[in-house]
Amino acid sequence: MEYLLDSFKEAIYLLLSFDKDVLQASRVSLWVAFTSTIISTFSGVPIAFLISFRNFSGKRILITVLNTLMALPTVLIGLVVYAFLCRRGIFGSFGFLYTPWAMIIGQVVLATPLICALTVATLEGVDRTIERTAVTLGASRFQSMLALAQEIKVQIIAAVIAGFGRVFAEVGISIMLGGNIRFYTRNITTTIALETSKGEFSRGIALGLILLFFAFTINVIFQVLSGRSRITGRSFIGA
Amino acid sequence: MKKVFIFIIALLISCSGNPVVLKMASTTSIENTGLTDILVSSFKEEYDIVLYVIAVGTGKALELGKNGDVDLVFVHAPDLEKKFVKEGFGVSRRMVMFNDFVIVGPESDPAGVKNAKNVTEAFKKIMEKRCTFVSRGDNSGTNIKERYIWKRIGVEPAGPWYIEVGQGMGNTLNIASEKKSYCLTDRSTFYALEKSIDLQILFEGDSILVNPYHIIAVNPEKFSYVKYREAKIFIDWLTSEKGQKLIGDFKRNGKQIFHPYIDLNRD
Repeated sequence: MEYLLDSFKEAIYLLLSFDKDVLQASRVSLWVAFTSTIISTFSGVPIAFLISFRNFSGKRILITVLNTLMALPTVLIGLVVYAFLCRRGIFGSFGFLYTPWAMIIGQVVLATPLICALTVATLEGVDRTIERTAVTLGASRFQSMLALAQEIKVQIIAAVIAGFGRVFAEVGISIMLGGNIRFYTRNITTTIALETSKGEFSRGIALGLILLFFAFTINVIFQVLSGRSRITGRSFIGA
Repeated sequence: MKKVFIFIIALLISCSGNPVVLKMASTTSIENTGLTDILVSSFKEEYDIVLYVIAVGTGKALELGKNGDVDLVFVHAPDLEKKFVKEGFGVSRRMVMFNDFVIVGPESDPAGVKNAKNVTEAFKKIMEKRCTFVSRGDNSGTNIKERYIWKRIGVEPAGPWYIEVGQGMGNTLNIASEKKSYCLTDRSTFYALEKSIDLQILFEGDSILVNPYHIIAVNPEKFSYVKYREAKIFIDWLTSEKGQKLIGDFKRNGKQIFHPYIDLNRD
């Protein structure tokens, strides 16, 4: 128990002393997770709309598959992507393995199905009146989709937050595809793994607390954003 | 569209950065002691070559070399290394340093390992008393040495007393400490963790337990893109007086961790 207290002290100390390892790891964690979340959002959400707006045979099965992919283990993604990125793999010549780009690729594979499935779930449950109204008012198919997207903005943001949380906290992909290289691909979670293996438990927990601190800050930002969008959403409908 | 374009440009720039980057697969036992950090920064200062260290077990490190994913490997399993070189994957193999393996366990020493005459007798005692033994079980250099000793006794260790954890040396020692078990470890990692775990060195000094570390460059004839020239610079630097002195001076908790191998640097 004692070392939990020590870890709190250490976390505060690490943050205030601008420890170089912690700063670099935070930087890697943040930009890799942000980039992969953005890519996952711009691929996952449109796919969700495509699936939801079209009626085709096998749609149910596709959605079930999508939901299953939410349970993809990170080590499996790590292994499969490794097979593609290693020098003997199809994309080996790019030399992506053990770079932050490899981590991003793995994390996109992780987050896209998650964001997509959650958006599909929202779209399946939402009242489609606004979309039909938009169509009767002469909107194109694309415009009506946008109107609907505006309507479920908060839920989409929730899906994006969930995706971000998943990639920000994962360690399997980062360690297998990034290689845990100091100051380059070592992020907060892989540092925790390393510190644990070195027996530095309190430092590991301290880093965990720092990770949660970042996650909290980011969620506050998202909260503010989604709050604002709700207001603009209302005024949009009002207008 | 513009975003995608910027992304691609950024990608290209990141691939053709200025200082040369070398990738080296090394073992967790070196990384956990902190020696790699010191080597990386001193080498960068002198040659402006960035060394990226990927710390994995020896088995995986050699596998990465065979796949051409790294430029160098820094490992400790002589038989596997020789095979690696013989199969044409590695060149310029040099001895860099050595330390030794030790048997650690709980202070009470229920198997009486302390009084063993040699390491095989120590292992036999642990097995006969069915005392818990934690094995790396990950095909690392340490694991290979351990299996070699079991083989010398002529047994295939199995049963509830024999735990294979499949993790790095540090984690394995933590598990051994929690379970009050015996464990074969390299001395360096043990010293690095000594303060936070409840284990003691119970057996040491058998000549079988010597643990040499070699560095090997990945053969540029197999993989044309590996940076052999820079890899060779690092190998020469590491085995030079300067590199060897860095290794010899490296201490954790006031104890020397690795012994430089300067006299034997010949193929």
